[in-house]
Amino acid sequence: MSLLEIKDLHVNAGEKEILKGIDLKINKGEIHVIMGPNGSGKTTTANAILNNPLYTKTCGNILFEGEDISNLKTDEIARKGIFMSFQLPEEIPGITVTNFLKFAKNKVTGKPVKIFEFKDEIKKHMDELQIKPEYSERSLNVGFSGGEKKKNEILQMLVLNPKLAILDETDSGLDVDSIKTVSKGIEMFKNKDNAVLIITHNTKILHNLKVDYVHVLVNGKIVKTGTQELAREIEDNGYKNYK
Amino acid sequence: MSKTNIEEINRNIYDIKNKDEYDFKIKKGLTKEIINEISNQKNDPDWMREFRLNALEVYNKLELPTWGPDLSELNMDEIATYVRPKSKMTGNWEDVPEDIKNTFDKLGIPEAEKTSLAGVGAQYDSEVVYHSMKNELLQQGVIYLDMETAVREYPDLVKAHFMKCVPVHDHKFVALHGAVWSGGSFVYVPKGVKVDIPLQSYFRLNSPESGQFEHTLIIVDEGASLHFIEGCSAPKYNKVNLHAGCVELYVKDNAYLRYSTIENWSKNMLNLNTKKAIVGKNAKMEWVSGSFGSKISMLYPMSILNGEGAKTEFTGISFAGKGQNLDNGFKVVHNAKNTSSLVNAKSISKNGGKCTYRSQVKIMENAKNSKSSVSCESLMLDDISISDTIPTNEIRTDDVEFSHEAKIGKISDKTIFYLMSRGLSEEDAKAMIVRGFAHPIAKELPVEYAVEMNNLINLELEGAIG
Repeated sequence: MSLLEIKDLHVNAGEKEILKGIDLKINKGEIHVIMGPNGSGKTTTANAILNNPLYTKTCGNILFEGEDISNLKTDEIARKGIFMSFQLPEEIPGITVTNFLKFAKNKVTGKPVKIFEFKDEIKKHMDELQIKPEYSERSLNVGFSGGEKKKNEILQMLVLNPKLAILDETDSGLDVDSIKTVSKGIEMFKNKDNAVLIITHNTKILHNLKVDYVHVLVNGKIVKTGTQELAREIEDNGYKNYK
Repeated sequence: MSKTNIEEINRNIYDIKNKDEYDFKIKKGLTKEIINEISNQKNDPDWMREFRLNALEVYNKLELPTWGPDLSELNMDEIATYVRPKSKMTGNWEDVPEDIKNTFDKLGIPEAEKTSLAGVGAQYDSEVVYHSMKNELLQQGVIYLDMETAVREYPDLVKAHFMKCVPVHDHKFVALHGAVWSGGSFVYVPKGVKVDIPLQSYFRLNSPESGQFEHTLIIVDEGASLHFIEGCSAPKYNKVNLHAGCVELYVKDNAYLRYSTIENWSKNMLNLNTKKAIVGKNAKMEWVSGSFGSKISMLYPMSILNGEGAKTEFTGISFAGKGQNLDNGFKVVHNAKNTSSLVNAKSISKNGGKCTYRSQVKIMENAKNSKSSVSCESLMLDDISISDTIPTNEIRTDDVEFSHEAKIGKISDKTIFYLMSRGLSEEDAKAMIVRGFAHPIAKELPVEYAVEMNNLINLELEGAIG
């Protein structure tokens, strides 16, 4: 059984059809990449998996560990073990990073969080991601730079420890060092029992990662699936061969 | 995604009604005879009887305010202005009748007294039923008494200050207060005495179709300091209840006073309260205010900065739900050189509730080199709720720094989606956003009140998903 299986997924944003029949299987232990030009439906795919109410599924379904999650609410999907790193993370004034993580961890696991151990865990991950310690007591994402917000998304991924992490354009707008840090975070997260789906329009983030599959998404359809080789080819030639 | 449907909720402990039992309840209405009868019942000295009758005359001459919320539903012929509980004032909780003591127990007052307060007053309907203060403060000369005892035992001190800061002709409800006032607390902190642990008075109105008119008079003498906490609540009835209290604060030169309020009246209450502080040279007055209850609230605490270098801060939050119109704000008069005021006001409205921030900043000609900074921020939780800001600024000298900043916002679907993607339900997400918004205010409240405020927010946001 696949961890995630998407079958013939059609999705509208408003009246407009964005995804026009997507099929995708992700198994435990794999890293998948969806690449594609702007407007091809990459972010829509991520949002559709999390059932963002701004998007409507018109056909097809999404199975997670064999269970149809197409119509579950976003929080229920998160509690099944799916995490999404946002392209533009929201700012939450008055809620510190630590308190937010504690609350979210409790919701995701359904178990009480042991505060001292938990703080140590956060500190360890913050060190690994080169996030300054004082950020743990700052309001979530408020006044963070673009790079700091993205690193904070990776911190959340490490702390919440989902079965499937979807990273939506986590590399966009980052400098080379930050991209390396994010890649390192993904490596630390990755094990044989979980999976990662990276959504990107460039290939820099892939240089430091061992990727199992690359899917090219153009105009709402996956037009080609390959290995890391495919990413290199796109790096050289762009998407012109797939339009 | 279905929207959270927030209905009227059970306000739980606040809504527990005791039987309407009393020792004496004055007949409804407002006449000279009724005022005389209140004066008889309270055993007033002559000056106080005269004071009341004069205030009634002023009341009859003054008009209702022509601005702000509609008060036409208030009919004084339907309000009993004096209800004496079946309990004598005592300094021992064991002597308080059981149902009344139970009420204060559930509100956590005796417990807080043991752990975090230096003194407690507890008023039930029109009279204070319990008043006590730690011995150390007594020995330092601090006076903390129910107002009636203060009138009897410290007539000169009371006479010199009673309704001098807030004169009866200020507005109609102050005049009403002057005529029918009953209960409240009197505090005097002698020169140089620092009261490190707060004093708290709690006001509970249980009787239906009645009013509460407590008078709080605090004098913090030169170089002294005090933190005073005021709490209020009432169970809900179908008809209107009225609260027209009066708070007069004298903060003498180099003194410090923090006055914290959590107001959680029931949603049939008209809260027409008046609070004012006169602040001396290099003294500091801090207001911290949480306004959750009431059907209509008109409350604008005021600081008059009379001494050179006087400072004031106002930190407040209002939370209006269905059927609530909370017209709150702050007023300050800069009346001396080098004075400063800092305002941080927030409001939350949901389910059709209305919050208005109404303020007045007056900087007089003689207030050279003064500073005033006002920030107000509102959050609306849905499309049917209302939020408004009505500032009035009157600045009569050039030599000032003045700023006013207002922000009105809504909870965005994007933010809710973000939080839900981390496993929070829609309700959890909204509650977290609101808690975060309120946090800068909550952290200024005494800790048990900050906890209570978070509980109130969660309670207000609870409800079936429709």
